[in-house]
Amino acid sequence: MTDDGDDVEIPEVDYVSGSGVPIRGNDIDTDQIIPARFMKVVTFDGLGEFAFFDVRFDEDDNQKDHPFNEDRYQDSSVLVVNSNFGCGSSREHAPQSLMRWGIDAIIGESFAEIFAGNCLALGIPTVTADSETIQDLQDWVDDNPDGKIDVDVEAETVTYGGMTVDVTVDDAQRKALVDGVWDTTALMKSNAGAVREKAEELPYVADAAIPDAE
Amino acid sequence: MSEGTLYDKVWDRHKVTTLPTGQDQLFIGLHLIHEVTSPQAFGMLRERDLEVAYPELTHATVDHIVPTANRDRPYENEAAETMMAELEENVREAGIEFSDPTTGDQGIVHVIGPEQGLTQPGKTIVCGDSHTSTHGAFGALAFGIGTSQIRDVLATGTVAMEKQKVRKIQIDGELDEGVEAKDIILEIIRRLGTEGGVGYVYEYAGSAIEDLGMEGRMSICNMSIEGGARAGYVNPDETTYEWLEETDYFQENPEKFEELKPYWESIRSDEDAEYDDVVRIDADELEPVVTWGTTPGQGVGITDPIPAPEDLPADKQDTARRAQEHMRVEPGETMEGYEIDVAFLGSCTNARLPDLRRAAEIIDGRQVDDDVRALVVPGSQRVQETAEKEGLKDTFEEAGFEWRNAGCSMCLGMNEDQLEGDEACASSSNRNFIGRQGSKDGRTVLMNPQMVAAAAINGTVTDVRDLKEVTTV
Ligand code: SF4
Repeated sequence: MTDDGDDVEIPEVDYVSGSGVPIRGNDIDTDQIIPARFMKVVTFDGLGEFAFFDVRFDEDDNQKDHPFNEDRYQDSSVLVVNSNFGCGSSREHAPQSLMRWGIDAIIGESFAEIFAGNCLALGIPTVTADSETIQDLQDWVDDNPDGKIDVDVEAETVTYGGMTVDVTVDDAQRKALVDGVWDTTALMKSNAGAVREKAEELPYVADAAIPDAE
Repeated sequence: MSEGTLYDKVWDRHKVTTLPTGQDQLFIGLHLIHEVTSPQAFGMLRERDLEVAYPELTHATVDHIVPTANRDRPYENEAAETMMAELEENVREAGIEFSDPTTGDQGIVHVIGPEQGLTQPGKTIVCGDSHTSTHGAFGALAFGIGTSQIRDVLATGTVAMEKQKVRKIQIDGELDEGVEAKDIILEIIRRLGTEGGVGYVYEYAGSAIEDLGMEGRMSICNMSIEGGARAGYVNPDETTYEWLEETDYFQENPEKFEELKPYWESIRSDEDAEYDDVVRIDADELEPVVTWGTTPGQGVGITDPIPAPEDLPADKQDTARRAQEHMRVEPGETMEGYEIDVAFLGSCTNARLPDLRRAAEIIDGRQVDDDVRALVVPGSQRVQETAEKEGLKDTFEEAGFEWRNAGCSMCLGMNEDQLEGDEACASSSNRNFIGRQGSKDGRTVLMNPQMVAAAAINGTVTDVRDLKEVTTV
């Protein structure tokens, strides 16, 4: 009852380390992370330069004040945000643009669900902590733009400036990242037989719509 | 944990297995795709040499970038043409049915699914679009997914998901003249917040919901996601079945209707179902709600004052301050009289026939304000066709509205329909985020379609009930 899965190697993401970049504000939606007009593309390549475009540039493409424009954050890979980050449209273009800008992990007060799911599909942990912890971390990043932040996904801790704080990683997300099973396509394809059986049980699925066993 | 709800039952019927991650693998009964979020997923499939596993349970349309004015191919906008061509190629290769503009069935994905009878109670429905929650109006379990999940569904017919909690939102009472389904959901989001629904699925129940037609139920489920809930649903009832019977699918397969009905009945939430949370709202108390800010939760009754940021919960104050600056509104004042430049009647929230009919009633015999650019963008080609037959097009055009072809249009400004500069727009859509309608200085005020009509006529945000009184005198 198993089909051939594909043999893509899925890396384990139990640890992310890098300097931080703070983006302050609640309810930062995916329209802000990547404006819709940059979605007129058929691949995700090159989306990195458009991350936060409308808050980074004015009408005449002059740079505005934004952490993504600051020299000191250009090598940063750990994004530190506040609450309900990534709300709104389901576009995977949002985490794709952040990833292509250089982000490997996001620490925040809370995340919109579809956004967090999209991040997971790219192997980007979305780690949460209370607002005080986040603000302290954001302030520290301001003062230490080159300072290293260690995100331990498995142990659910973040270490910076000689200090370790507890954070939360959603159980399924942690397991998926740590065990390297966040690429669900291969995982689920191996259950194709059980999927067909499920389809056959459902009254609304026509027999003709169910593929033959491979 | 909830028990005996529609959500629990549909979930159990579709659960294939529990994955090593602890997530459940869920069979997907209907996968809707559109031009913006699917091409990358097809690309990933090709990279891995995988095929579409369940093409017959997949249905495509084009809505986000499709022009709503001149639709001659190739489209004037090169990027739009590329995306359309890519989708055509993908569906042809995989053998997926495609409601493209030449079929007369094209439209916003969340309008055409229900129209054609693809959307049914007890189905799991996904689409790479957050407003997939719309289909929950039929008692389906419907939610938006990201592109990697689209790849999963294409390749395996399933998604990996964690089960959520269920919050019942009980809305009893009767809606006043001029107050609509849209106002119910704006009120819910205002009260519970834009992230209040994170981790939850919303079940909408109560006499006010039962009294609504399918279109109103869709408007409510549509905006579940604006309240943070990934899915929302209404238990199927006679209203649902009447709609279904008229759709293509059951017209073509009448025997299926009786065959499936016991299944639909079986997945309704039990009388004694257990919920993780219950919220009650009194429909009698509602008035038209409009937004004053830049999230759908920043709403206020039309006669109520805009709140002062310092009166809001601490974590909402900053966002409110920035929103009020952007919108240029003053706390203490009402939204009535707020000047608008554009009136947009469209989107998957409010561009179905009854929406257009109610707006047309307000428009009839009146003129759009000289300083307002007003447009109607029907939700689908079928809505458009029927509306034209009914004479709605004439009513709108005589009043000074532009009448467009079906698509998402100014809901997200991906085609040529966009706000310019700092224009303010009275909009029947679902998102007032900064930049959403195509201009980062643009200002969006969300409201119900009658209210959009009233705003178009006066050139300012208007309590539509005042206009109604004038007509009846
Ligand atoms: S009408 Fe707006 S919200 Fe609906 S699918 Fe189109 S872009 Fe999304």
